[in-house]
Amino acid sequence: MLAPIIQTENLCHVYSEGTPFEHAALKDVNFAAEKGEFIGIIGHTGSGKSTLVQHLNGLLKPTSGRVLFEGEDIHSSRETTRRIRFRVGLVFQYPEYQLFEETVYKDIAFGPKNMKLSEAEIDRRVRDAARFAGIPEEFLDKSPFELSGGQKRRAAIAGVIAMQPDVLILDEPTAGLDPKGREEIIANITDYHKARNSTIIFITHSMEDIARLADRLVVFNDGQIAMDGTPREVFSRAGELSQIGLDVPAVTRVMKRLRELGLDVDESCFTIEQAEASILRLKEGGVSGHA
Amino acid sequence: MLKDITLGQYFPGDTVIHSLDPRTKLIMTVVYIVVLFIAGSWVSYGLVAAFLVLCVALSKIRLKTILSGLKPLILIMVLTGILNLFYQKGERLLVDWWIFHIYLEGIVKAFFMITRILLLITGTLLLTYTTAPIRLTDGLESLMNPLKKLRVPVHELAMMMSIALRFIPTLIEETDKIMSAQKARGADFDSGGLMRKAKSLLPLLIPLFVGAFRRADELAVAMESRCYHGGQGRTRMKQLVMSARDWTALSAGALLTAAVITLDAFGL
Ligand SMILES: Nc1ncnc2c1ncn2[C@@H]1O[C@H](COP(=O)(O)OP(=O)(O)O)[C@@H](O)[C@H]1O
Ligand SMILES: [Mg+2]
Repeated sequence: MLAPIIQTENLCHVYSEGTPFEHAALKDVNFAAEKGEFIGIIGHTGSGKSTLVQHLNGLLKPTSGRVLFEGEDIHSSRETTRRIRFRVGLVFQYPEYQLFEETVYKDIAFGPKNMKLSEAEIDRRVRDAARFAGIPEEFLDKSPFELSGGQKRRAAIAGVIAMQPDVLILDEPTAGLDPKGREEIIANITDYHKARNSTIIFITHSMEDIARLADRLVVFNDGQIAMDGTPREVFSRAGELSQIGLDVPAVTRVMKRLRELGLDVDESCFTIEQAEASILRLKEGGVSGHA
Repeated sequence: MLKDITLGQYFPGDTVIHSLDPRTKLIMTVVYIVVLFIAGSWVSYGLVAAFLVLCVALSKIRLKTILSGLKPLILIMVLTGILNLFYQKGERLLVDWWIFHIYLEGIVKAFFMITRILLLITGTLLLTYTTAPIRLTDGLESLMNPLKKLRVPVHELAMMMSIALRFIPTLIEETDKIMSAQKARGADFDSGGLMRKAKSLLPLLIPLFVGAFRRADELAVAMESRCYHGGQGRTRMKQLVMSARDWTALSAGALLTAAVITLDAFGL
């Protein structure tokens, strides 16, 4: 098995340590991601998802434990932290509130500029990133404040993609968008994933989205990893999921109900296609049974 | 982290001190400060300090919390100490080296001044630690009510203050978030000369201001849609009521003032 590109070892994080507001947000978390993997992180609000991903690019320092990037402790020196920050791109929740430049172009160029790349390289990366994020050329000279909500969000995502990170982390990138905007952003991210074979870590509350996107799901509960496995494995534990305040995709719920009604369908389906296949199989089986 | 600043922060609790009427606490704080400046002898100082220690103990605020609140002011205290140490002339010369002359009186004065700042800050910290900002502004508004006769817009001032207080934590949180987000894109807020540092703040300040204006706008709409139109005829859900313990506390304050004045009059 490959060595993970990024991993945490017994990671603990306590906010406001030593004050009455002390709060342990991460408790002994061992998380690992392979190169090229598409990982979904789910968990109820306040379960520690955002805290975890802010450790992965060194924005937060572990209270105890380590974070390793390609086997190297990311806090071994200031230079290391800075260097790794460009290789682990983090798109925060509601990233559109960080736009600040006069033009979309300049805002996307902020990251590459901090990397001290040449003008030509910066230009190439900005145009590349804009294409991946689905921003038309003519928008690049507009002020980011003129864009619509969904367009702003994509401009902000482009700002991180422009650094061409090996690990791209997105914290609830589709929160608060309309269905069309959500679909577009998801398509942009899968394009980037395929083109660069980079690792994607995707935090979301949408079970439907994550079920069809992720190779692996990591479920957080109360600062700890509660489950870790393929979507099929995780969604087959619907009872445990609902105990920690999570749901399974609607398709899975329908299949489970069908099974309860006495139909012999596969209840671990989580996409329409799988469900369709399973029901059709049943029908064929039924027809042959009659004969 | 910015969030860890505790100056002016409220720590909920259910002690006697927490449950006092905010007006009582405001008056007591003012009285306490005045008494602190009247007190001129070690005995009266001790009395004031003992009173404060009693209040802190009653409030169950941890010593550590108070110390962390005092931390930002260490520099001021040290400077005050040093200035008094060197500038106070006296009779008993202890150190006489080059341009430095330290007198025994200087040491005493420095100690005196540092203690005064310490007592002053701890007293006001106790007020903000044990009183929710909203209650504090309610108390202020109620105490300043007589000024309405002089056409001072007391209600509007109090409302502005509540809103400002309400949004300080939000803005701090927002600053933290934007800073993290820009750092994730390689922004560097700490290194470089003054000019570079000032320039590096733009990616922080612009989104912060844009956000503050957006919030102000949303708040205005939210208030108007609930028919807010100033203080005229406005009632409160939580009325301020003075209880027996408030009168006890105020009596204790009066007693302390009297004691300190008496002690000073007798030159103790
Ligand atoms: N800056 C902070 N200071 C103090 N507590 C925080 C801070 N950020 C998050 N927390 C707390 O840590 C816990 C985990 O938060 P977070 O990682 O944001 O969860 P999630 O992203 O899963 O919703 C929550 O209980 C939250 O209140
Ligand atoms: Mg979060």
